Amino acid sequence: MSDRYLFAGARVVDPASGRDDVADVLVADGVIAPLDTGVADAQVIDCTGLVLAPGLVDPHTHLREPGREDKETVETGCRAAALGGFTAVTPMANTDPVADNAAVIHEVLDLGLKAGLCDVFPVGAITKGLEGEAMAELGEMVEAGVRIFSDDGRTVPTARVLRNALTYVKAFEDVVIAEHCEDDALAEGGQMHEGYHSYSLGLVGKPRESEEVIVARDIAVARLTGGRLHLHHLSSAGSVEMVRRAKAEGLRVTAEVTPHHLVFTDEDLLTYDTNFKVNPPIRTAEDRDALRAGLLDGTIDVIGTDHAPHAVEEKEVEFDQAPPGTIGLETALAALLTHLVEPGSMSLGRAIEVLSTAPARLIGAADHGGPIEPGRPANLVVFDPSAEWVVEPPFASKSRNSAFRGKTLRGKVVHTMYQGELVVADGKAQR
Amino acid sequence: MNKHLLSIHDVTAEDIVRILDTAESFREVGTRVIKKVPALRGRTVVNLFYENSTRTRISFELAAKRLSADVINFTTSGTSVSKGESLKDTALTLQAMGADAIVIRHSSSGAPFTLTKWVKGSVLNAGDGTHEHPTQALLDLYTMRDRLGRLEGLRVAIVGDVLHSRVARSLSFALVKMGADVTLVGPPTLIPPDAPAWGVDVSYDIEGVLPKLDVCYMLRVQRERQRQQYFPSVREYARLFGLTRDRVGMLPEGTTIMHPGPMNRGVEIDSDVADLPQAVMEEQVTNGIAIRMALLYLLLGGAREEVGTDE
Repeated sequence: MSDRYLFAGARVVDPASGRDDVADVLVADGVIAPLDTGVADAQVIDCTGLVLAPGLVDPHTHLREPGREDKETVETGCRAAALGGFTAVTPMANTDPVADNAAVIHEVLDLGLKAGLCDVFPVGAITKGLEGEAMAELGEMVEAGVRIFSDDGRTVPTARVLRNALTYVKAFEDVVIAEHCEDDALAEGGQMHEGYHSYSLGLVGKPRESEEVIVARDIAVARLTGGRLHLHHLSSAGSVEMVRRAKAEGLRVTAEVTPHHLVFTDEDLLTYDTNFKVNPPIRTAEDRDALRAGLLDGTIDVIGTDHAPHAVEEKEVEFDQAPPGTIGLETALAALLTHLVEPGSMSLGRAIEVLSTAPARLIGAADHGGPIEPGRPANLVVFDPSAEWVVEPPFASKSRNSAFRGKTLRGKVVHTMYQGELVVADGKAQR
Repeated sequence: MNKHLLSIHDVTAEDIVRILDTAESFREVGTRVIKKVPALRGRTVVNLFYENSTRTRISFELAAKRLSADVINFTTSGTSVSKGESLKDTALTLQAMGADAIVIRHSSSGAPFTLTKWVKGSVLNAGDGTHEHPTQALLDLYTMRDRLGRLEGLRVAIVGDVLHSRVARSLSFALVKMGADVTLVGPPTLIPPDAPAWGVDVSYDIEGVLPKLDVCYMLRVQRERQRQQYFPSVREYARLFGLTRDRVGMLPEGTTIMHPGPMNRGVEIDSDVADLPQAVMEEQVTNGIAIRMALLYLLLGGAREEVGTDE
């Protein structure tokens, strides 16, 4: 099989170079090659009507391995990622054992290499055992390749521990401390967004303020330390406004939003469908619109899928007994195309920027996010922006808990190229 | 009518009138020497109770038996999880046994909705978590209409822990549907802030509300709410929001006092108030059987005729 590919006649959307034009792209020996090096022996891939972009990068993934291989493994998660157009993912540290030391980081890295479907950049825990007290050996994990630390699933409980972490990692280049923002006491027992619908459904709610008090605290600690802070999965309008002000002030703060928070509202929970039970909860239309506005004006930097696989038997239960989370790798691109790009509120370039270029920069993945220029590693996605499909199992993910089940989306990944290899061709995983 | 009764939102005002009228005709059955009609002969009703509630279960059991249905009581204490079998597997088992209707009581809000995904028969919500208790609301409406002759324009206060009360939700939704004026009364920590969007008024001052009432509906207040810091002490709760003898004096002549039971005498309602002639708790219980007969009949009755023609 040829290791030279010519993507012919694609609309090339590459935010890193500001490019958006119809062109041919040649790949040779794993890298983008100049067209004048000869295309004669290349396998031609007709991309008429398709978009070619840098491979997507997910800064917020749960792959469950080690520990809960019944929900997902690094391999199945990476296959889901590749089918969703991702060439890099960042599995969170809340595995069993917790990724709070270099040994677990190496294990996950090895599993990623073995799967060979996309790059796997493990996230390290900020505190040992995610317990919020003693700092994990961050330096050792940095040496193992970690660039982003997070206790995701939990909030660093005290400003003091967060202060130390944000300060300590200044010793390393481009290392980010990321926070899941949730005040445990205000959110206690919460099943969904607190508001009209939670009161009517008789479900304990999590008020917006359970997120906002921690966002406010964390921004203050970022100001105190001058540290590099990333805020996971914002869900409330108030949080967006605080991040906007923090950025205007010049603080080193970035923010993330999930596709499901950009698409759904708490009205989608009226039938107690546990696939809509996520954390932070899906809030009101007003919050959703503020998140969209934040993503458009640059307040929110990246899309994170928060891909959170759960076993069928864990989700097919009473609402208050189901774990929070939805899978998202296979639907993220289409969700954005359908709900933001297609209606005209977001340019395709901005969509690729928040799905690829910006997250690649956030996690320090230099080989990803473009630019699509000669000499650059060939991590690419080709998708059909107008292909319509209904989200239904089977998924490549081991789990089926998708909030998008039954929904019609537009935009389907056709090819995903990882390090010059077509890991997805014609919509099918090749390994 | 809908196939299921999961929430008061499943019935229209016309449905409610029909349910109350049907209950009216069934109430007479309870006064006969032989308290039984053949309406649901050969049909199977399962009482699936994940929470202990002897009075509601017995009420449903009597209702089904007076309609000549076969009744199975499937009672488990605690949650399905602690029992080991999931709600889904229990549902599939009951489905396989041919349950025509499943009456479910569960500590998780929304469990009856979840159940409908796995069973073909009708599902009746007999109380789910802090969500709804629609049959209680309907029997309360029946009792009010029976005592006061109408529902429209009726001035009703629902007093107590509205936040955690499935009865308060169903009753508010149902009364608003029927054109009654509802005021929720209780400490601000126990009234949902968004409650006015249900179409009700909110007051934190019981004595300001009492002189304007046709019905004073007291809710049970659980002592654990004190531990959860919703109010400082049961004593203070009783002082600020309890229906005392003195406060009964502020009610207009003829005001009906109601309570869904079981009562905490001395907390939300004084013992001698509970025993006043205008306190109608026993009537509520009696009417509960007629309402549940009406619901089972209306939800299952139509289907029975179809089966009959097939045979």
